[in-house]
Amino acid sequence: MAQVSSIADEQISTPVSSSKSITLRIARYNPEHDDSSMFMEFTVPCEKWTTVLEAILEVKKYFDHSVAVRYSCRQATCGSCGMIINGKPRLACFTKISELNSDVVTVEPMNNFPIIRDLAVKFERLFDTHQKIKPYLIRDDTEIESDEKEFLQSPKEVEQYIQFANCIKCGLCNSACPTMATDSSFVGPQALAQAYRYVADSRDKGKDSRLKIIDESHGIWRCHFAGSCSQVCPKGVDPAMGIQLLRGYLLGFRS
Amino acid sequence: MTQDEHKEGIGGMFNPTRYGIERVAYWLMRLSGLGLLAYFIAHIYETSNILRGQVGWDEMMQMTQTLEGHIILAIVIGMCVFHTVNGVRVMLGYGGIGVGKPARPDYPYEPASQNYRHKIGIYSSIVLAAAAMMYGLAVMFGE
Amino acid sequence: MKIHYGTAIAAVALVAVHILMRLTQGFAESLEFESVLANYKFVPYAVMLELILILLSVHGFNGLRVILLELKQGRIYEKAVSYGCVVAMIGLIAYGSRTIIMTNMGMV
Repeated sequence: MAQVSSIADEQISTPVSSSKSITLRIARYNPEHDDSSMFMEFTVPCEKWTTVLEAILEVKKYFDHSVAVRYSCRQATCGSCGMIINGKPRLACFTKISELNSDVVTVEPMNNFPIIRDLAVKFERLFDTHQKIKPYLIRDDTEIESDEKEFLQSPKEVEQYIQFANCIKCGLCNSACPTMATDSSFVGPQALAQAYRYVADSRDKGKDSRLKIIDESHGIWRCHFAGSCSQVCPKGVDPAMGIQLLRGYLLGFRS
Repeated sequence: MTQDEHKEGIGGMFNPTRYGIERVAYWLMRLSGLGLLAYFIAHIYETSNILRGQVGWDEMMQMTQTLEGHIILAIVIGMCVFHTVNGVRVMLGYGGIGVGKPARPDYPYEPASQNYRHKIGIYSSIVLAAAAMMYGLAVMFGE
Repeated sequence: MKIHYGTAIAAVALVAVHILMRLTQGFAESLEFESVLANYKFVPYAVMLELILILLSVHGFNGLRVILLELKQGRIYEKAVSYGCVVAMIGLIAYGSRTIIMTNMGMV
């Protein structure tokens, strides 16, 4: 009973957040009809826990249901709601309006991705480059054939790649990359980080074939270690680290 | 607006304001590299005037040993020092040195590759470039 | 790109010697005609200048090539940039070598 009352006390003592309004500027563009994009402004209420995605959904619900936005999990797991929020690539579901410290929130589609409509962009190039680096374990045998029935790894071996396995393919790194801003043929930080994820996996035997794929004119050498990819990654993947470690193999620093 | 690829373009590539000092270093590295290449070509032309004998050489020196010439040379010194020191930092990074070790990431996910070692490297290259410019100006105008 | 990194490291050491020579001789004095001529006629220094010329030309034009290749893509454009940079690099090396060799051989 005492425990229940303490919880009740806590609930009572929690300050009620004062609701305020912000101006949400949404970039509108339909490639089939429009020559250029334009911004539409909406005044939406927000609490200190309101995310940018919730504000966009508020607009869809009460002001303009035609705003195109891709989203799904609302918890930074599916990687669907990447967009430019106040000038930087962020996940809309993972960005609270209160942390932006601005009464005006501007949302635009991610750079370096073709626009489908408004905030929704095409992911074909990201998926193509991701697929290009063979994002799977390459071995001659399989777990089914192996006598041990499973490929054992020590915790230390897991640590070599687990950080890079957190990638949710949201594309924020590709959107922030300065090379991707102009180079249509660049493999991109997402795919390069994933190449390292598999190269560093002790179960994988496809290092040479992957290094061959990225050792090309618009491959790993187009990364200049600006680090913007790592700064915007919402899952702590740190693609810049993975790319430099991967480059170490090609430069002979690692074997 | 052509929306084929919706690439950010040169403006986005060179915008140094959004992604911290590392992006500024990337921008300065490119700019200083292009500046140094332009100076290098001009320097090769400048020194080729020695083939014109003493008169030709002195004429060229009169053209370059001016206030503007000294200021340009000071900027070149700054670009050279920054490009060199930052280049060493970047190459160490390319070899995987100082970029951190892979580990399970914890919120708020500070990227290990953007660590203080590299930030110190970038600030050092800027400070050293400024100091070298000052020294160059002192040498050029002190004589 | 390995050649880009290699030429950079080698050039840093040689350019440092080249700049130090200017400073140890006194900046204004080192730029006098006789002084510059003496430098060119000193074979080890002339060899060093030639090496700097080659290293920086390769590094500089390869850097320019990389920047241009990242700005725009396309098979013809990329070939034109690559060949253009190689031609410019060879041209600069030839022009600079002419100065070094002719001055070293006393043809001034």
